[in-house]
Amino acid sequence: MANMLAGIFGSSPVVPLEKHIGIAYDCAKQLRGFFAAVVKGDWDKASKARAEIETLEHKADDLKKKIRQQLPKSLFMPVPREDLLELLLVQDKIANRTKDVSGIVMGRKLQIPVEISDQFLEFVDRNIDAAKQARKSVRELNELFTAGFRGAEVELAESMIEKLDQIETDTDDLQAELRGSLFAIEKTIDPIDAVFMYRVIELTGEIADMAERVGRRLELLLSH
Amino acid sequence: MEAQIVYISLAAMFGIFMAWGIGANDVANAMATSVGSKALTIKQAILVAAVFEFLGAVLAGGEVTSTIRKGIVDAELLTGSPELMIYGMLAALLAAGTWLLVASRNGWPVSTTHSIVGAIVGFAAVGIGVDAVQWGQVGTIVMSWVVSPLTAGIIAFLIYMSVQRLILRQDDPLVKAKRYVPMYIFLASFTITLVTILKGLKHVGLTLSLVDSYMLATIIAVIISLFGSVIVRRITPDPKQDKKEHFHTVERVFAVLMVVTACGMAFAHGSNDVANAIGPLAAVVSIAKSGTIAAKSALPIWVLALGGGGIVIGLATYGRHVIATVGKKITQLTPSRGFAAELAAATTIVIASGTGMPVSTTHTLVGAVLGVGMARGIEAIDLRVVARIMVSWVITIPAGAFLSILFFFIFRAVLPLVGA
Repeated sequence: MANMLAGIFGSSPVVPLEKHIGIAYDCAKQLRGFFAAVVKGDWDKASKARAEIETLEHKADDLKKKIRQQLPKSLFMPVPREDLLELLLVQDKIANRTKDVSGIVMGRKLQIPVEISDQFLEFVDRNIDAAKQARKSVRELNELFTAGFRGAEVELAESMIEKLDQIETDTDDLQAELRGSLFAIEKTIDPIDAVFMYRVIELTGEIADMAERVGRRLELLLSH
Repeated sequence: MEAQIVYISLAAMFGIFMAWGIGANDVANAMATSVGSKALTIKQAILVAAVFEFLGAVLAGGEVTSTIRKGIVDAELLTGSPELMIYGMLAALLAAGTWLLVASRNGWPVSTTHSIVGAIVGFAAVGIGVDAVQWGQVGTIVMSWVVSPLTAGIIAFLIYMSVQRLILRQDDPLVKAKRYVPMYIFLASFTITLVTILKGLKHVGLTLSLVDSYMLATIIAVIISLFGSVIVRRITPDPKQDKKEHFHTVERVFAVLMVVTACGMAFAHGSNDVANAIGPLAAVVSIAKSGTIAAKSALPIWVLALGGGGIVIGLATYGRHVIATVGKKITQLTPSRGFAAELAAATTIVIASGTGMPVSTTHTLVGAVLGVGMARGIEAIDLRVVARIMVSWVITIPAGAFLSILFFFIFRAVLPLVGA
């Protein structure tokens, strides 16, 4: 039988949102192994990592759809439903960008020029850091809901978002340097590869951009 | 003589059936909050419910029982034909019980209280005459159905706001929780004890002066909160869990508080809802025994005990499963939120019991949960379901009334043959 008391609780979006960013981060994290293999020219290992990325991206996508269905308009929530859906959308883009960038590299068997490979791996790492910090910040949601988006928890979340911004700034700096280094050697590599290399750098950098946007969305929630 | 035994045993049967239904379905709402938040295991919840439902029914169930028994139908009109009151009360019990069974089978959210009040008004208005209903009193009861969820909501809102301010938004929530939770325990036990002493004890034959009552309530509440503060102090933080979830240990402190409010909720539920089952039974017993409609006759304590017992049996046989199911669905009610809702609802219901108002426990609790939600405490509340609950009692009253009218005419035709 349906119970009155149980019925009034809509399914909480908080735990699923925290789970979703967890998957998105796990997905982005695979880039570390993926690019390490690419740099070494180990395409077997790279394709395994790529398969894992695809699986995780699908998983994030499925969860995204499920969360959307769980949030009907009739829900009464402390924060606007639209803001939560936007947050979900940018979280999902972390996984999307990961899939896109690994897809280009895999599809073209794109070699990372040796001259910039260390620098590139460092750049990838920092982008993954950004995704990790985004996950950490989103995991504050539960506490924020409990405390009613006021007080010490808000300050804690704000400091996390601040750190997320710093990491994103780092990736911007690294990206500029990396572009410079690539520019210096671009005449020595295949022109089409060079064009795609710029594209790969740009897409990878977008992972941190999306992570930063997760922070922006959280900030919007905090201001309610 | 024969007829009396038939009437009393029929009424007792229907009464137990109704009490069983209350124990099976209704108690779950009172207890699931504590189970859902993991403050109590199912076994503990059943134990708490069994003890405190029974205590609530026996100690504080008298006022509402007398409202159901003689507050709705004007007994004066029936002095010439007391048997009509017997048929009517039997019909009302059977109607409310049947309607509840049908409704819960179909998953409709209905309230026991609304069903029985609708049923009694039904047989009285149609079976006896529109004048037989004390409309003023019925109006007050209906008002209380609006007022009680509202009151519980406002109290819950204020309690949860205070919890957020004093504890959850502080830099050191654990320290603050350990400091303030014993005070909430005091507040909870004081309110419930006081109302029980003021309104309940006279049914058990005890009368205390107002000053003595306040003194006794204070002493009992101090003892309970001291006991609570010892337990709270013993809670040691779990750094690993706390890192994952900052309020983990804080919630464990609130869980202690929730054990107290769960007892209060079970007590409140017993005190108010037992009347739905035994109010009509009490009426039948007193008329059948004396042969007249004696407005002053005392309520036999065994009737209250029968109702309390029936609730406990319903709880043990079927209610445990409902508690488990509902508990799983309301995990959003963490101890810090759940206690606020429970304390607000229990206080409102116990006060209603004290003043003899038959209110819906579940609606009051729903109101309290909404109050916590208004304090931005709950992640998501489905407003569609809230709306459905609100309209449900508009349907429940005529349904209970219609069935009761039907049974009334059947009983009036059949029962005299049995007695003769």
